Amino acid sequence: MSTRVRGGRLPLLAPAGLALTLVALPMLALLLRVEWAELPTHLSRPVVGQSLRLSAVTTSATMVVVWLLGTPLAWVLARADHRLTTWVRALVTVPLVLPPVVGGVALLMTYGRRGVVGGWLEQVTGLTVPFTTVAVVLAEIFVALPFYVITVEGAMRGLDRRYDQLAATLGAGPLRTFTRVALPMVLPGVAAGSALAWARALGEFGATITFAGSFPGRTQTAPLGVYAALEQDPQAAIALSLVMLLVAVVVLGALRSRWLP
Amino acid sequence: MSRLPALLLSSTVGLSVAVGLSACGLPSGGTSGDTSGTGTPASDGLTVLAAASLTDVLEEVADLVRAEHPDLQVDLAFAASSTVVQQVDQGAPADVVVLAGPEPLAMVDPDLVRGDPVVVATNTLVLTVPAGPDDPGTGPVTAVEDLARDGIRLVVCRPEAPCGRAAETLLADLGVAPRIASYEPDARATLTKVELGEADAGLVWRTDVLAADGRVREVPLPEGAEVTNDYPLAVVSVDPAAAWFVEAITSEDGRRLLADAGFGLP
Amino acid sequence: MNAAAAPSPDPVALDAHLVVETGDFSLDLELGCAVGVTALLGPNGSGKTTALTALAGLRRPRAGHVRVADAPEPEWLDLDRGVDLPADRRSVGLVLAEPLLFPHLDLVENVAFGPRSRGMPRRAARARASLELERVGLGDLARRRPGGLSSGQAQRAALARALATDPALLLLDEPLSALDPQTRSATRADLARRLREFAGVTLLVTHDPVDALTMADRLVFLDGGRVTQDGTPADVVAHPRTAYAAQVVGLNLLAGTVRSGPPVVVAVDGAGAGAEVVTAEEPGGLADGSRALATVDPAAVSVHRERPAGSPRNVWPVVVTEVTMAGQRARVGLDGPVPLVAEITAGAVAELGVVAGTRLWASVKATEVRVQPG
Repeated sequence: MSTRVRGGRLPLLAPAGLALTLVALPMLALLLRVEWAELPTHLSRPVVGQSLRLSAVTTSATMVVVWLLGTPLAWVLARADHRLTTWVRALVTVPLVLPPVVGGVALLMTYGRRGVVGGWLEQVTGLTVPFTTVAVVLAEIFVALPFYVITVEGAMRGLDRRYDQLAATLGAGPLRTFTRVALPMVLPGVAAGSALAWARALGEFGATITFAGSFPGRTQTAPLGVYAALEQDPQAAIALSLVMLLVAVVVLGALRSRWLP
Repeated sequence: MSRLPALLLSSTVGLSVAVGLSACGLPSGGTSGDTSGTGTPASDGLTVLAAASLTDVLEEVADLVRAEHPDLQVDLAFAASSTVVQQVDQGAPADVVVLAGPEPLAMVDPDLVRGDPVVVATNTLVLTVPAGPDDPGTGPVTAVEDLARDGIRLVVCRPEAPCGRAAETLLADLGVAPRIASYEPDARATLTKVELGEADAGLVWRTDVLAADGRVREVPLPEGAEVTNDYPLAVVSVDPAAAWFVEAITSEDGRRLLADAGFGLP
Repeated sequence: MNAAAAPSPDPVALDAHLVVETGDFSLDLELGCAVGVTALLGPNGSGKTTALTALAGLRRPRAGHVRVADAPEPEWLDLDRGVDLPADRRSVGLVLAEPLLFPHLDLVENVAFGPRSRGMPRRAARARASLELERVGLGDLARRRPGGLSSGQAQRAALARALATDPALLLLDEPLSALDPQTRSATRADLARRLREFAGVTLLVTHDPVDALTMADRLVFLDGGRVTQDGTPADVVAHPRTAYAAQVVGLNLLAGTVRSGPPVVVAVDGAGAGAEVVTAEEPGGLADGSRALATVDPAAVSVHRERPAGSPRNVWPVVVTEVTMAGQRARVGLDGPVPLVAEITAGAVAELGVVAGTRLWASVKATEVRVQPG
């Protein structure tokens, strides 16, 4: 009996194993190419610390904006019955499938010196966005916010509307219902959405290099640092990649045990 | 358990059928080679990997080859020179590589190179600023000295790229140390930032300025400040088509195409 | 509404007219309720829950008005004048079939949520919440999260939460239907006791005749979005106007005191000697001297010309007060030591010559008497 079961599974196990290999092998290869003895030297290269520090700063700023603006958007989308809601939801998802470079071009058209907002901004304040750390954050928000909104909105839509209704009969207005009832009840969804959004922001490359350019310490985040170092100093690039891999594993691992299914 | 060997068997049969088909196809290819009447050995197609800055002009050179050899399959692929080198070293099926500078050529596995590389063109680094039909280019940068002014945003290629190395040399020669807004991945990305007006000035190849079709303008550099880059060509296969390509690019027509695109000729 | 069957002399505390249309269903309900408990009964899809959500302000009617005399803002809805208070400004308490306590808050925080939302300072709100929890017997579980509660405890906490804001209108939507039978009768007793202390208007939506008969002062029957009957429980038991009302509420309800057991004997209130009902039920939860409610299905009441010999434990001499024919069945009102309604076949009516004034014997098997704590 058990042999039959095993035999029946094999046609599934083979492609499953292959799929696993496709994902795991490159990460393993990265580990194999690390010159462990020289690792401290490679990690002390300016590009490593500088770009990691910038990534930490920009992704943190991104997450603050994503939380403050994305959470209300998710709630409005989850509870709106308007016929346009579907379209708005679709609009929010577009950056998920848009090539990041296209996102970068779109950001240039928006916040660039000749952009829709950027031109006006430079006239009024004299400030320009491209090639600044602000541009990096804007690019990260553009790609990360949809991940957060879609995840949190899903959790919020799954929340029984009768909780909202009960809160209303108890005298809670929409804002109090949102902050005291809905939000605490979807915290696992918020955590999952945050993890996805943060990971996306950390890995952001295309939109950043197109829109924010690449300058060490200012707009050269960790992925751009890897790219810049790859030719002249491949071991520094590998060391930097290793750190990013480690951070990703640690964060996902911590979230998984606590929040993720 | 019994299904897996069957699957393997069927895929093996599939493979052998495919091989058989291509085997059947070979003689007809040979026949078409014969009809060209050159008597040269059969080619299984020409693949050229080249630096991105050669994109437009090599397409035209490829047309010269196609005119001579109508049945030849010609494939061109363009990337940063460093990427081209990596591709060749990793075994990409190439017959000819054309690179932007001697440094990338030095990284090509010497065993792959047949004969001596030849420099087929040169390129000159220029200072460029945004311009347009209704914008004669009266931006903040009209001369090299402007680069050092506060608030001027200059974009250059990253130091690892040939145009980045050239930019470092040029700025050193000129004796200016401007604030760099961004180190772009390649010359085309640098040019784009200037075209869009996001940067006040950029250091790119002259050929890129010509390709930008009036959206950027070249700012003259002082006499004697000239950094050029050689474009060496190396043959990396035994296919006869490689020689046909070399013939085309060094021919009178080929040199004229390169000159029209803004390249210098050795 | 049936004006003749609405005997309430009390001032109208809730005055509502609701017109709701959704797809192929329409509700047109006029409701005037005094302080006390009004039960809203009807088959599925008759519009009971629709009416509650419209009263709470969770659904906007097409037309109508809602006025609640004792609320801080008495005009809740008057669509002709453009008045439509949102739910959070109506003074309403809502309890649904499921407790739906906020899972991230402990019981005190759950119950204090309403007072806090209405601006009560934190300390006062918590004190009020503790008091409400004690009133439903949950004082010692105040710091527990809802996850650890039994279904009956959770439902009592939900009631405490709804009442902690002193609502002018309390809406109960089948509050006992999700409980298992044993928990249900215990929780029903707690609910009935707590409702007697409540000074506002209560609307109780239910399917369960025992809920309606034990807790409501008045029964309103809905069918297809319209009122089909409106009266006191005694009225409805005697004169059910629809098959649904007859089937659901056409029960004999006898309130009294438990005298001894086993077998459990209930001495019926306001009656003389011999006015007691014997039941075959287990005495669980029915202590000697405690209050109890006995229900008897009219179809289980047999009538005889002579005193029946043999097994029935409950036998009384009775006089026929009225006979109502409904198809092949007849409902016969009987006066005696214990007032009863019997439902017998048309054939039996003819055979026994049952008319008003006829003297008969009525009997009920002990196994046909249901008893719950009252």
